[in-house]
Amino acid sequence: MKKIFGVILIGLLSACASTPQPSAEVEEKSMGTQPQGETSRATTEAGGPTLNPLTDPKSILSKRSIYFDFDSYVVKDEFKPLVVAHAHYLRNNAAARVLLQGNTDERGSREYNLALGQRRADAVKYAMTLSGAKEAQIESVSLGEEKPRATGHDEASWAENRRVDIRYQGE
Amino acid sequence: MPIRLHRLSGYAGVLLLWLISTPLHATLNIEIFGGGATQIPIAIVPFAAEEKLQQGITPVVAADLQRSGLFRLVEPGGLRPHEPVEVVYPDWMNRGAGALVIGSTTILPGGQVALRVKLLDVAKQTQLAAYTETVPAEQLRAAAHRIADMIYEKLTGDVGVFSTRIAYVVKQGKKYSLQVADADGFNAQPVIEYTEPIISPAWSPDGTRLAYVSFENKKPVVYVQTLASRGRKAVANFRGSNSAPAWSPDGKKLAVVLSLMGGSQIFLINADGSGLQRITQSTGIDTEPSFSPDGRYIIFTSDRGGSPQIYRMPVTGSASTTAERLTFEGSYNVSPHYSPDGKSFAFIHRNGDRFNVAIQDLATRQVQLLTDSKFDESPSFAPNGKIILYATEVKGRGILSAVSSDGKTRQQLSTQAGDIREPAWGPLPGLQ
Repeated sequence: MKKIFGVILIGLLSACASTPQPSAEVEEKSMGTQPQGETSRATTEAGGPTLNPLTDPKSILSKRSIYFDFDSYVVKDEFKPLVVAHAHYLRNNAAARVLLQGNTDERGSREYNLALGQRRADAVKYAMTLSGAKEAQIESVSLGEEKPRATGHDEASWAENRRVDIRYQGE
Repeated sequence: MPIRLHRLSGYAGVLLLWLISTPLHATLNIEIFGGGATQIPIAIVPFAAEEKLQQGITPVVAADLQRSGLFRLVEPGGLRPHEPVEVVYPDWMNRGAGALVIGSTTILPGGQVALRVKLLDVAKQTQLAAYTETVPAEQLRAAAHRIADMIYEKLTGDVGVFSTRIAYVVKQGKKYSLQVADADGFNAQPVIEYTEPIISPAWSPDGTRLAYVSFENKKPVVYVQTLASRGRKAVANFRGSNSAPAWSPDGKKLAVVLSLMGGSQIFLINADGSGLQRITQSTGIDTEPSFSPDGRYIIFTSDRGGSPQIYRMPVTGSASTTAERLTFEGSYNVSPHYSPDGKSFAFIHRNGDRFNVAIQDLATRQVQLLTDSKFDESPSFAPNGKIILYATEVKGRGILSAVSSDGKTRQQLSTQAGDIREPAWGPLPGLQ
């Protein structure tokens, strides 16, 4: 019982974190308290004898989130190297599959945000196919504003949630 | 605004009373702000033998009328007439009452209750309406709502909506619950509960079914559920996202939004999931369809002009049909809903860093902002068009609020715990 309480407490603390931590994506996932937490456990356990480029913190491929401006689905220049790196990985690993999950901040219409999240995921998918990934390797879906990673109601939380996450199959 | 602040203290007592009288199964609290400039002063005398009933009638009637913002309750003091012959009109004139409600209750041998109610015009000293009904004891609350509807209709000329129901989603912890409650927040019942999000409930025109979007299969799928049998069916479960269901006025079809063919586009589908037909053709986002009451048009949100705006198009299904842009003020206008008379639509307008409920007249194109809160979403008209229910946020918690369509009266509905969102006002019971 005590242990469960501890986990909940950590969940609350991470939910309250409102300052943006651009380099903290992997850490945050490994806490396993976020809605999609179960996929991240594999990420931390994957450190075998040969370092997986997808999870090696020194590799750009360990970066999995692309951030967007309000009501925008334009992939910003600063995230293009990340998108291209994943596209090249897909091109070189024909068996690899990714799921792109589009997210939005909580403001405005839930239904419009669902569509906007889809556009964000589609925009990343399109950019990846231009850099050599096959369309069949990529599935784009939207979670809209329904699965916020940051649960605050401030600009820092909103910026964190305007995001597409790249998730490899099997992770 | 000064009106709202001034009235707030006066209603604190009402709210307190409300909370005390709230039975355990009720999950919504209601708080009222503001009120029209001209309220009808009405006195409601406790009915004869009402104290013997398990459910009071006149407190429910009084709360209904007061919540509309169109009535001011006049204290009957010690006066207790139950028949017109017992009414001394000058007494009620002196108390400032314009209308007077009297009546009696009788418990019949089988346990049923006979209600006899009269609505009197104090100035003219005449009877405006009489209402009699015999109901089972467990339906006394519903009967009280019908009495309030009768009074509202006689004194305002509009249809009352006190006997209607609302649907909404409560999020508590990780649990999402789609619920249906009476319009006054009582008798809340869960329809479905999941640990994945539920959004966009929509009432069938006859009030027997709800369409909604559930993420229970890790992606949005549109379901239609029959309330009485609880039976349900996935009516739109195509590749990609399925969302934003809207019923056609005849209840035979739904407009839904699918990403099946790229982007998010509006399709028509039969209520049983057959007969898919695309109706919008754009390269961007088309979503949140709402049918005109005559079923000939839809209004919807589209970003085809660069920012989300509201458009209207005939429901022809022809690819050559062009949509007409309706909103031009601001860079974010979403969530349109036709008014029941089809003459206007409610929507959400981004106003600086605020998201507010607005209403636009279709003929004059005139826009009126109805709220000044920060994060308003999902406007839904009462079936008489006089009130708009919407989701908003107070101190980080999701609550429901309702604003009269002239913007003068507001009420708040909140749960004891959790966030409440995605409201949808059901149809009039007469249509069921």
